[in-house]
Amino acid sequence: MASETTTPTVLASARPARPALRYAGLLWAIGIALLLPLFTAESYRLFQLTLAAIYAIAILGLNLVTGYNGQISLGHGAFYAVGAYVAAIMMDKFGLPYWSTLPSAAVVCGLVGYGIGFPALRLGGLYLALTTFSLAVAVPQILKYKGIEEWTGGVQGVLVFKPDAPFGLPLSNDQYLYLLTVAIALGVFLLARNLMASRIGRAIMAIRDHGLAAEAMGMDAARLKTSTFAVSAGITGLAGALSAIAVEFVSPDSFQVALSITLFVGMVVGGVASIIGPAFGGLFVVFVPNLAEEVSKAAPGVIYGIILIAFLFVLPGGVAGLLRRLAARLHR
Amino acid sequence: MNGFLHQVIAGIATGGIYASVALALVMIYQATHHVNFAQGEMATFSTYIALTLVQAGWPFWLAFVATIGISFCIGVLIERVLMRPMDKAPVLTHVGLFIGLVLVISNLTGWVFDYTVKPFPSPFHDGPLFGGLVTGHELGSTAVTLVVLGLVYLFFRYTRLGLAMRAAAFNPASARLVGVRVGWMLALGWGLASGIGAIAGIMVAPVVFLEPNMMLGILLYAFAGALLGGIDNPGGAVIGGFAVGVIENLGGTYVVGTELKLTMALVIIIGVLLVRPAGLFGRVVLSRV
Repeated sequence: MASETTTPTVLASARPARPALRYAGLLWAIGIALLLPLFTAESYRLFQLTLAAIYAIAILGLNLVTGYNGQISLGHGAFYAVGAYVAAIMMDKFGLPYWSTLPSAAVVCGLVGYGIGFPALRLGGLYLALTTFSLAVAVPQILKYKGIEEWTGGVQGVLVFKPDAPFGLPLSNDQYLYLLTVAIALGVFLLARNLMASRIGRAIMAIRDHGLAAEAMGMDAARLKTSTFAVSAGITGLAGALSAIAVEFVSPDSFQVALSITLFVGMVVGGVASIIGPAFGGLFVVFVPNLAEEVSKAAPGVIYGIILIAFLFVLPGGVAGLLRRLAARLHR
Repeated sequence: MNGFLHQVIAGIATGGIYASVALALVMIYQATHHVNFAQGEMATFSTYIALTLVQAGWPFWLAFVATIGISFCIGVLIERVLMRPMDKAPVLTHVGLFIGLVLVISNLTGWVFDYTVKPFPSPFHDGPLFGGLVTGHELGSTAVTLVVLGLVYLFFRYTRLGLAMRAAAFNPASARLVGVRVGWMLALGWGLASGIGAIAGIMVAPVVFLEPNMMLGILLYAFAGALLGGIDNPGGAVIGGFAVGVIENLGGTYVVGTELKLTMALVIIIGVLLVRPAGLFGRVVLSRV
């Protein structure tokens, strides 16, 4: 397989000799920027930042399948909802500890994603987008369904409680949750980065760029596509579980089709097929609607849509693409 | 038995609405290979225009025709301003544009015409006909749908412009060589689809009442209908739309209940894609590589 023999050399030449040293300053800056709100931000602002980190994880999941693998999903809100409900039901009905819900939600959503990804294999581009879109529209209805009300609480939803900081750490609930979320986000982002830099990551992108050629090179497109969908759904589900814990409440109305659209907008604005992009996307979807409401109370949605269209025309690479261009200019 | 028959007929009446939206979807798909997500929102916006005109004292049918004209212009405008510059962009960009359109148009509708649910007048004799089997509006809207579908068929089959549009969609390069203005044909396709969407909106509004998210479910049913009939076959899309209307009504009454009606659209979509992705009347596309 040609790609296997060439890939390592390309990667090696692209990497600076000692990346740890070269980026040490940047890493310190990011670390301090992430820890700073812990001491300076008030409780509500901290909650918003926690939400931004959660959305960043969810958008990263979407970006893996849509940005890197080219399978457009407009229904990732569905996996977010499933993750949130798995967490809420485990905590409320079974009294399980909050930390155990996170891997469970990821696994359950991974399996659901595999199930959805399987028929989706037959669909190109727009078909898949519309099918996942109809999934997103159907989810609130399914959650409200009387037959499963015993578990989901129907229209009422389920209440859960924020965990206290463990080991007697001197942190408030919000501070602890912020730290936990950021730590998990960093872990997931690192994993995604490594996945995309690996042989499998190359294959995932090759299938997006030229499926037929990729298959001719020996890549199992069907298996990789469904697995990518499953991993992507799992990551988004993990974010959903975190959101249930952070918001302390799940209900069908929190997971309307607008959620899926929000994730999609966050992905485009942050940067399609970029690992760091979703972090900006998460910040965008949490803070920009607030700002938009200040500009015009009546129509934050209009501004949201206009920003989306403007990004597609002016900055198709999103914020991450802009930063990359600026960095390239500085390094010249 | 009478109840069953009534459900089937009511299904055909709503199916007519799905059929016209499905037809609009298929027309844009044929012309551009896009599925316009904003079709429903555009139709809702048009319906509000119609309501405004009617409330301003215009006769219903004059408002009807004027609304179709305005919608046509909006469709052409969107194609020219938003879609045309992104002609060669990847599919993801197109989906992003559609989502942006959905956001802008649906919120603009709520902003301009406010979010309250409004009744919409029906131009037809109101009340049951033929011993309660069918209402005047059901009969009238089905008739309007059939007339529109017939006109669209005649337009594509027998006029020079229709032929040029088909040529532009089928083989843009050759069409351009024989002098068809391919770009304008696409814009025209958008305009026509937008006009047909407006008709569907006006016909469905008296049944479901007018609110900014009126068409969201309808778009999904229409997509299910288009897929069922075959996304590249206008006639198939119409039959699929009617079929989905009947399935939805019977299923909602006898099987799952009204709460899970939208889920049925999802089930139909996934079912068709699993069993027969080309649809009932679609061609299986083979591509040479």
